[in-house]
Amino acid sequence: MLTSDRIAELVRAQYPNAVIETGESGGMPALRVKADEIVGICALIKESLEMNMDYLMSQTAVDRPEEFEVVYHLYSVSAKHYAVLKVSVDKSTPSLPSVYSVWKAADWQECEIYDMFGIVFEGHPDLRRILTDDDFEGFPLRKDYGIVSECEEKSEQE
Amino acid sequence: MAIRTEEVQINMGPQHPSTHGVLRMILTIDGETVVDARPDIGFLHRGIEKLAEKRTYHQFVGLTDRLDYLSAMLGNAVYAMAVEKVASIEVPARAEYIRVIMMELNRISSHLVFVGAFGLDLGATTPFLYTFREREDIMDIFEAVCGARLTYSYIRPGGVARDMSTGLDQMIRAFLKKMPQRLQEIDELLTGNQIFLIRSRGIGVISAEDAVSYALSGPGLRGSGVALDVRKDDPYSVYPDLDFNVCTEDTCDCLGRYLVRTGEIRESLKIVEQALDALPEGEFTAKVPKVLKPPAGEAYARVESSRGDLGVYLISDGSASPYRLHWRGPSFINLAAVGQMVKGLKIADTVAVLGSLDIVLGEVDR
Repeated sequence: MLTSDRIAELVRAQYPNAVIETGESGGMPALRVKADEIVGICALIKESLEMNMDYLMSQTAVDRPEEFEVVYHLYSVSAKHYAVLKVSVDKSTPSLPSVYSVWKAADWQECEIYDMFGIVFEGHPDLRRILTDDDFEGFPLRKDYGIVSECEEKSEQE
Repeated sequence: MAIRTEEVQINMGPQHPSTHGVLRMILTIDGETVVDARPDIGFLHRGIEKLAEKRTYHQFVGLTDRLDYLSAMLGNAVYAMAVEKVASIEVPARAEYIRVIMMELNRISSHLVFVGAFGLDLGATTPFLYTFREREDIMDIFEAVCGARLTYSYIRPGGVARDMSTGLDQMIRAFLKKMPQRLQEIDELLTGNQIFLIRSRGIGVISAEDAVSYALSGPGLRGSGVALDVRKDDPYSVYPDLDFNVCTEDTCDCLGRYLVRTGEIRESLKIVEQALDALPEGEFTAKVPKVLKPPAGEAYARVESSRGDLGVYLISDGSASPYRLHWRGPSFINLAAVGQMVKGLKIADTVAVLGSLDIVLGEVDR
């Protein structure tokens, strides 16, 4: 069983200051890592024979009060173990390097995060609004985006 | 005189019979050959992840039916499992067995729709009528158990909505008894059909390595020879106690994905029979408060749905609604690979590739 401490040890061997904390998320080993090293860390976690996380199961974001958090749920098809990576993204200028070069599955998932949270993925080949219209304004999954439509707001004012 | 040729962009959809919903494919074509294909999605986007944040845990159950509406039981189940994990709810054994019976019946009904629709995509009209006749029996079973034929909301946090009667047991056994014969009819009509084979063999090839990199799942991945099945690899519910095989094909093409699904129908029949035999007496649901306030924490639940690896990432902040809910829909992830799969094929093959992925747009757009 792969533990978060073991993953941290393997990552630290190559990126000494990249791991901020270790823990667990829903029973899976979880690591919080630095945003600027994310591509290198992901490539290491994928290529390393011991970890071999070749399957980007899910990539999403969470709007925390102080920051955005991008969460990567990783899985190894051969070894059948999990890891969760978390990265903090600054709210004023939300941007993060894209991991498309590591897993092609990041293509649409990063588009979705951009669409819903406005986090820009640098190096993404085709970052665009994927679920909403091209001229849609705002980022719906941010907590400050209201759920009441303009139409309803108007009728409430009347 | 020299003939001038140029590449042309055409729209396939959003209203097109082969897109199985509202999907627009922007095809760049050179004559009849597809040079590039880009799916344009989002026509059914309802923002269910945002809606989840404004509803109580029980209120959201109804929305989980409306994502992958061809296998709503599995949508119900993955959400219920995520809530149970975060709230530490113990599910009674009887409820687990009923869940497995319903999930596998739903998988059969969803795969039957696939077989019919895929045949229709390739010009075979008759199998569609046959598979829908078989599916009707499953719809009747679901109607008897929960009153709904499509949007069940039957599997809920804690267990299931109501108990299974003995009459239902007989109904399901009667269905199991006649299915092998019916499947043989479909095989005779479609699986051995020369036109069908030519249209699907060697079409829409994706290598195992690419399939894993795109995080394909379900028959899309197993059709490329990767034996990833959540029911075996990370077993949930009572699957460890049941005997079944994971179907794979090494051909990596549309035919492989089709054969995986027809094989899975047979495996699911086996699972349902075993679960019916082993169905224990007892409670059908745990005691769950009307307004559920799970402790702060997070959970990731994963099931093998008809379309693949269906995941729910749930974050609770201790209040009555989820702080964040992410729906990892296998249709959405699988569709991302279609652009690569159809490059270099003919326009008519695009229809076959889309059909073989068996996407449900409700789950793609969420």
